[in-house]
Amino acid sequence: MPHFPKPDTSWTEHFHLGTAPVSYEDSITPAHYERERDAIFRRTWLNVGRVEQLPRNGSYFTREIEVAGTSVVIVRDQAGEVRAFYNMCRHRGNKLVWNDFPGEETSGVCRQFACKYHGWRYSTSGELTFVQQEDEFFDLDKADYGLVPVRVDVWEGFIFVNLDANGTTPVREYLGRLGEGLEGYPFDKMTEVYKYRAVVGSNWKLFIDAFAEFYHAPVLHAKQAVADESRKLQSVGYEALFYDIDGPHGMVSSWGGMSPPKDLNMVKPIEQVLRSGLFGPWEAPDIGIEQLPSGLNPARHKAWGEDSFLFFPNFMVLVWKPNWYLTYHYWPTSYNTHVFEGGLYFVPPTNARERLQQELTAVTFKEYSLQDGNTLEATQRMLESRVITEFPLGDQEVLLRHLHRVAREYVDSYEQERSKTPVSISAAS
Amino acid sequence: MSTLPSEFADLEPFAAWEIPTQNGRYAMRLSSSMDELQAFYDAAFPRLDAALAYLDQFEFGALGEEAKRLLWLCSSLVTVSFPVEVWRQARVPDSGASAFDCVLEPAV
Repeated sequence: MPHFPKPDTSWTEHFHLGTAPVSYEDSITPAHYERERDAIFRRTWLNVGRVEQLPRNGSYFTREIEVAGTSVVIVRDQAGEVRAFYNMCRHRGNKLVWNDFPGEETSGVCRQFACKYHGWRYSTSGELTFVQQEDEFFDLDKADYGLVPVRVDVWEGFIFVNLDANGTTPVREYLGRLGEGLEGYPFDKMTEVYKYRAVVGSNWKLFIDAFAEFYHAPVLHAKQAVADESRKLQSVGYEALFYDIDGPHGMVSSWGGMSPPKDLNMVKPIEQVLRSGLFGPWEAPDIGIEQLPSGLNPARHKAWGEDSFLFFPNFMVLVWKPNWYLTYHYWPTSYNTHVFEGGLYFVPPTNARERLQQELTAVTFKEYSLQDGNTLEATQRMLESRVITEFPLGDQEVLLRHLHRVAREYVDSYEQERSKTPVSISAAS
Repeated sequence: MSTLPSEFADLEPFAAWEIPTQNGRYAMRLSSSMDELQAFYDAAFPRLDAALAYLDQFEFGALGEEAKRLLWLCSSLVTVSFPVEVWRQARVPDSGASAFDCVLEPAV
């Protein structure tokens, strides 16, 4: 007997995703991963940060996008516009912006970019402005040697890049109805940031799987709660309030009885004293809006606690009822490894008590994630054995079914496109 | 030498837990025995309410050195609360050798 209503007979059938067991070959095949790099990561909008990371004209940061085999520098130019460029000097290809370690990301503020190798300089809007010993070069017109731009777009303060130079869809359109439903949320007020990073021994989609369903939560995380509460959570299980899918993106809406809990005995002593926990500080800060954007709490349920949005391919935003949000990014590094990044964003605390409440939430998130990340390695190992090749997914795993289908469709349609395009032979002329 | 406000002199034996970063506090937890974690928790947890009341007197941006250290100590209490209150081991169960590093946190 479901606790919350479903459309039709199930969410899975409602979204026409089929109910058959699912293959995970897409997560264990090196050749498939190589196709995903071109078909997905070199062609979709990727979130690389937020505008708060570029507070001033000349502020910049770099991103190593290993899955696309490149590095990008994102900068607020002297006119205040956010721009992105391949992080590469036009002279002999040296990486332009880096600090001590060529493979590591960096950030800072500058008037211009200067190459460490031969001193070529570029304005923050990408023009080549200085060539060392320029008269030694042959017919060199500096106007022809600006930094190579990367498409960049900003949505609600989130900065996205797209490595497909031929694409024309703006990010707002790409994010579709689910993105639109979040517009107006005061992300810009939540500038107290904690970031975490983990190297995970699994395919990137497996970690999204883990965070796109909460079916696992009462079981895998049983030891995180006080014993009575843990037993109760497991006997009830998990049901979402609502699921939604639009294009390649999806969302799940959840109840959240822990902020504050109905009964103090449901939570640990430290949570009782600090009045905070995994779901955030119990007393929400003022964020200056009368009403949440329409895309939040889509079921309009009074027990609503949190919404998780998955923006394909690798960006999640989780908005919590007590006025804070989380971001997840999954950056593939091989078919069976990826780097996971988690960010927690709070309204800045006004006193030490609020600071400790946020600290408790952040540290709790870390403890849960340690369990999640480690379990993924266990899954990846066994999937690769191929002893079992098809897996039944339940209705609370509808977003997983959708994710893997979408990822496969991107690869298939890219392959089809390529097979139609005649191969050009450069020597023919 | 005292590091904490004089009202919290009883916590001076645990001054080693006045650690400014999350990674530092976590490393200290992993390198401590359950008995050590329990001893710190038993001393500090009953004082948490008083510490919060003390810290409430100040604007967040204007914490003095002693108040800051008290806040770091309370943050360490948060870090050790998990093993003491539920797991009875320093690492979260089923996390093996996995690591999850804090790469950015607001400074106090």
